Amino acid sequence: MWGFKIAKSQSINYDRNDKEIMRTVLDNEPSLRVCMACGGCTSTCSAGNLLPTFNIRRLNTLLQRGEYTQLRNELNNCMLCGKCTLVCPRGVNIRNIVLNTREALMKYESDTI
Amino acid sequence: MNPTPFDIFVLPFTVGMSLLFAYLILKYASWIWYFDRDDKLKILRGLFSLKSLKAAKEIFLESLIHRKMFLVNKRLGYMHMSLAFGWFLLIVIGAVEGHTYMGGAAPFYFPIFFVYFVPDDESFFFARGFVQLMDAALLLVLSGVVVAIVKRFYKRIVGMKSTTQLRLRDKMVLYSLWLIFPLRLLAESATCGLHGSGGFLTYPVGQLMAATLPLKAMEYPLWWVYSIDLCLFFIGLPFSRYMHIPTEMVLIFFRNWGIRLKPDNPILEEVMVLSCPRCGVCIDRCQLNTAVGNHDTQAVYFLQRIRNSEEHSAQAKNCLMCGRCESVCPVGIDLNAIRLRHRQNFTPETFVPQYNNAEARKVDVVFFTGCMGHLVPKTKDAMVKILNASGDNYWFMDADGGVCCGRPMKLAGQTAAAEKLMAKNRQSIIDSGARTLVTSCPICYKVFREDYNLDIEILHHTEYIKRLIDSGKIKVGKLNTAVAYHDPCELGRGAGIYAEPRAVLDAVATLTPVPDECKNSLCCGGSLANLTLPSADKMRIAQQTMTSLTTNHPDVVATACPLCKKTLNRTQMAPVADVAELVAEAMKE
Repeated sequence: MWGFKIAKSQSINYDRNDKEIMRTVLDNEPSLRVCMACGGCTSTCSAGNLLPTFNIRRLNTLLQRGEYTQLRNELNNCMLCGKCTLVCPRGVNIRNIVLNTREALMKYESDTI
Repeated sequence: MNPTPFDIFVLPFTVGMSLLFAYLILKYASWIWYFDRDDKLKILRGLFSLKSLKAAKEIFLESLIHRKMFLVNKRLGYMHMSLAFGWFLLIVIGAVEGHTYMGGAAPFYFPIFFVYFVPDDESFFFARGFVQLMDAALLLVLSGVVVAIVKRFYKRIVGMKSTTQLRLRDKMVLYSLWLIFPLRLLAESATCGLHGSGGFLTYPVGQLMAATLPLKAMEYPLWWVYSIDLCLFFIGLPFSRYMHIPTEMVLIFFRNWGIRLKPDNPILEEVMVLSCPRCGVCIDRCQLNTAVGNHDTQAVYFLQRIRNSEEHSAQAKNCLMCGRCESVCPVGIDLNAIRLRHRQNFTPETFVPQYNNAEARKVDVVFFTGCMGHLVPKTKDAMVKILNASGDNYWFMDADGGVCCGRPMKLAGQTAAAEKLMAKNRQSIIDSGARTLVTSCPICYKVFREDYNLDIEILHHTEYIKRLIDSGKIKVGKLNTAVAYHDPCELGRGAGIYAEPRAVLDAVATLTPVPDECKNSLCCGGSLANLTLPSADKMRIAQQTMTSLTTNHPDVVATACPLCKKTLNRTQMAPVADVAELVAEAMKE
């Protein structure tokens, strides 16, 4: 009568996430751990400037969730120009993370096929 | 005519030498066999041309005299020269001596053991002269051996901070090489001591040995040991770094015949890898060594890993490609190109750029600032001011951002993806109908020049500004500022542009000298070529470079690369400005 109701749970079960690629990438480029998702990378991104749907900051989230299809589509847009790495206030080597994720994705796909 | 002399102790040498020759002939043949048609034709055409003579001259200057090594480091040059040229003289003079004695019919082991077979015959032509010449050559080699041995324990003797760390296999062959010449001296002196003969070196040593040692019992075993040691060295040579001796000569021929490193042909790379003598000149040049303390990624170790088929992907990625090693490599190995070949391509086939440049305008001059240019807006604004003043009809191609030039992709080994980006920019530039392309970024500049196949003039902005000043299109005054110029790696060593930025700076400010300039300039550390270097290490390199740049206390450090500017600025050690900024400031309205 007050407009309240009990919503259905919309929680995500993170235990079911596939973290294989995340772990590989973190092993090779541990600087990803200090990302604070400020979005500096996205605001400077050369590709994002031309293609507003491309958001490099989302990379970290997609990696953690193990959403590989979307991850692959996103990474297809990166030009590796390195601006994101240069502006990152935390010194995350984003360019190397992109390279490592691409490498891990290719290995992952060739293993699963 | 003398009877052909023989003793069974020549066998180890003869066997070792024959095995080595057989191995080398097979190796050379396999290289030529696996070259593609194009390269084989180049060899055929080059073989009997002036190019072969040029190669022979280069072999004499580089492989024997070690000219480039002298230019880098005199004492190290002397060490290599005395060993190589001295040994060469021993072989040549020895052969002439042996054939003179035998009337041209000496077996090939004979000159090596000449003193044993002909201890005191001075009846043939120039006999005394040969003895003295051979002693002089031996002394030259021995002086080199002494430097080499001391260098192993005290590397500063040749002015090196670091010398190559050797593997066990290399050490074994190294010791057998060191032993060859002292053993030769002892064996020859023993024979001379017994017969009262010898030159200015072997005579006194022989007399001394005769007076103190039981020479009669020692002479024959000494010749045996000398022969066995030669055999060990020859058999070990193909498996050690000394393979560089027979390989470097071939490399010089290949290079003079016009054969170049290609992505799909690994043969020349193998020849280059085997040509590395591991002299270690590259180690002290590498800022990853001097500023970061890395001791396994330098060119000498990287090539060693390739040669031994060891894991080297980390080393392939951890390199600034500043070219400091390549610019001093005495063998002239294409170190950056080899490093790039070992970066693997991980971009999926599906990489299709979903973006485009702004629509092209019909102009005379296209200006491209590049991705990094947008991180240094002061440079960009200065260039716009200069371009407006120039009166040229220009189009700022990526004023609101544009497609990357493709070089960062290429440097990461993603060649196919880089091609796709390049195609987009190439089309925009062609559509503009411009005759001149100006870029303020040396990274873009290099790729425009090398990979775009554009039929128009490509200028770095410092070249363009120099032209504007020279032709009076812009008028500049002189600022009351002392500047130190930092050579960007891609512009200096990468593209050979040293004079133009200096000329421009000279016109608008006072240039102060820097300890490491031009070919020896340091890298800012921000290089896009290094894929894995942590940001803290980049900062260490930048600080090292700024320390060098600010030696003479300039008011401003000037550079001509947005990436260098951004990286050096972070050290906060001195104000950093692009050449264009200083010009814009000095411009008269």
